[in-house]
Amino acid sequence: MTEEKFDVIVIGAGMAGNAAAYTMASRGMKVLQLERGEYPGSKNVQGAIMYADMLEKIMPDFRDDAPLERHLVEQRFWMMDDTSHIGMQYRSDDFNESRPNRYTVIRAQFDKWFSRKVREAGATLLCETTATELVRDPKGKVIGVRTDRAGEAILADVVVLAEGVNGLLGTRAGLRDTPKPETVALAVKEMHFLPEEVIDQRFGLKANEGCVIEAAGTITRNMAGLAFLYTNKESISIGIGCLVSEFAVTMESPYDLLERFKNHPSVKPLIAGSEVKEYAAHLIPEGGYKAIPPLFGHGWVVVGDAAQLNNAVHREGSNLAMTSGRIAGEAIAQIKNRKKPMIKENLSLYKSMLEQSFVIKDLRKYKDMPALLHTNSRNFFTTYPKLLSQAAQSFMRVDSTPKLDKERAATAAFIKARSRLGLVSDAVRLALAWR
Amino acid sequence: MTTAVTNIRVEDKLYQNRYVVDSGRPHIRVRPHEWPSVNLYALTSVCPAKCYELNDQGQVEIIADGCMECGTCRILCEASGDIEWNYPRGGFGVLFKFG
Ligand SMILES: Cc1cc2nc3c(=O)[nH]c(=O)nc-3n(C[C@H](O)[C@H](O)[C@H](O)COP(=O)(O)OP(=O)(O)OC[C@H]3O[C@@H](n4cnc5c(N)ncnc54)[C@H](O)[C@@H]3O)c2cc1C
Ligand code: SF4
Repeated sequence: MTEEKFDVIVIGAGMAGNAAAYTMASRGMKVLQLERGEYPGSKNVQGAIMYADMLEKIMPDFRDDAPLERHLVEQRFWMMDDTSHIGMQYRSDDFNESRPNRYTVIRAQFDKWFSRKVREAGATLLCETTATELVRDPKGKVIGVRTDRAGEAILADVVVLAEGVNGLLGTRAGLRDTPKPETVALAVKEMHFLPEEVIDQRFGLKANEGCVIEAAGTITRNMAGLAFLYTNKESISIGIGCLVSEFAVTMESPYDLLERFKNHPSVKPLIAGSEVKEYAAHLIPEGGYKAIPPLFGHGWVVVGDAAQLNNAVHREGSNLAMTSGRIAGEAIAQIKNRKKPMIKENLSLYKSMLEQSFVIKDLRKYKDMPALLHTNSRNFFTTYPKLLSQAAQSFMRVDSTPKLDKERAATAAFIKARSRLGLVSDAVRLALAWR
Repeated sequence: MTTAVTNIRVEDKLYQNRYVVDSGRPHIRVRPHEWPSVNLYALTSVCPAKCYELNDQGQVEIIADGCMECGTCRILCEASGDIEWNYPRGGFGVLFKFG
């Protein structure tokens, strides 16, 4: 394929890989990036909310030409039972600012744009190329990769593994374990197209404003999981995801869950009459802090979803991916500038820099959350939403029952379903995990 | 759930998607077996593209043409040796237009 040696090879042109490649190429390093898809984004799936701050740190003027759908002015959280939902809603005109904070994007378009920027910064991108094996020297240091294209191995001083949650390269080389069924969620998603004005009107939006809905409750049928509905300019992304371990036990079909969510009386009118143009599925890392594998070694670092750097509590992943990619790029560029070898001792700089960032700090804050939500999935995802919406209904239905009796009945229902001690312990454990 | 859900056909959903199938080179294989393991059997309903099906003899078979490369079956069944999992060759497989 090529005889030349690169400073660095980046595996993957997703959020993490593009951030890393851009950071290093724009610092004058000789970067080769490999992507197995026909074009960057062709294998990638996201909700997708994109966080401006983390991209701004890489490319301050990204708003000039990035394909952004809508900036978000409203967020709703729904707790659902079979026929109703009780919700929290936050909307603020402050989000109509000159440099909005969160946008919806369409990954296939966004990744293509980001990748163009990476190439403009000087990196070489090879698409339709799957890296199949890491090449090591006799001392075990990673010195390059083999691909499914004919030809010799491609060599570099260091390899950045940005291969996503289901990365085969790093797991097959024994650098980290394959994710466990209880640390990854399977999400399915559809793209529903509607005219812009219809979306504006249904969600009460104007001129590029966007709204997101996140929903939990009986819709996940006793499994730990969430559903979402995000407004794009002329489409709505709608999806649902639950832990793989729980899918395996309940044997629920993911598309069945999605279909039920779409048919829920609270959701159906929002997507009525739309044209579905794509159905996608992808894993999401959910293990949090405790599932983070070794982040660096002799001649390699791992970034983004491949390193489980994903905040399931806040539904953030792309920003952790971009930030870990940027920091890995900065660390590697620093090591190169000091003319030091890309060995483990030096690459530990990446980890110490990452620990100073929100990425590790946030994940550490929620380190007990995944275990709590997953061992208690029935209460958090089914029992409580049901009880809440029943209580709400009782309060809103005007009949001859005195209000005090309604209040007592609601409390009694909670206690009956979960026992006083159980409620207290759930509350305490939630508070501790959230701390 | 009280809402009636008509029998959705996942094939109709997959029909929306764009694929470049690498004919004759399936990227996932099921190990020959007499009885499927619990996890392998679960794939007949958990695979989001319904690639896995039970045949008349009670064994699980795969046709991976509609595979979206999510990796769920790998996470559940690779370690036990029930399946062999690889990405399709570069450029082949599912190609999301939106993602
Ligand atoms: C349904 C869903 C909704 C989500 N919603 C949000 C959201 O709203 N906001 C948010 O911030 N995050 C969200 N996330 C998470 C977010 O998508 C991920 O955290 C993010 O994409 C991770 O980026 P990455 O670069 O690490 O991995 P990816 O984006 O998965 O990129 C990995 C890349 O590597 C390539 N690759 C893999 N192996 C090889 C190989 N061997 N050779 C060559 N190329 C290879 C792949 O083709 C791919 O392009 C969501 C995820 C899902 C599934
Ligand atoms: S990777 Fe996903 S879509 Fe493909 S066969 Fe496995 S479970 Fe099904």
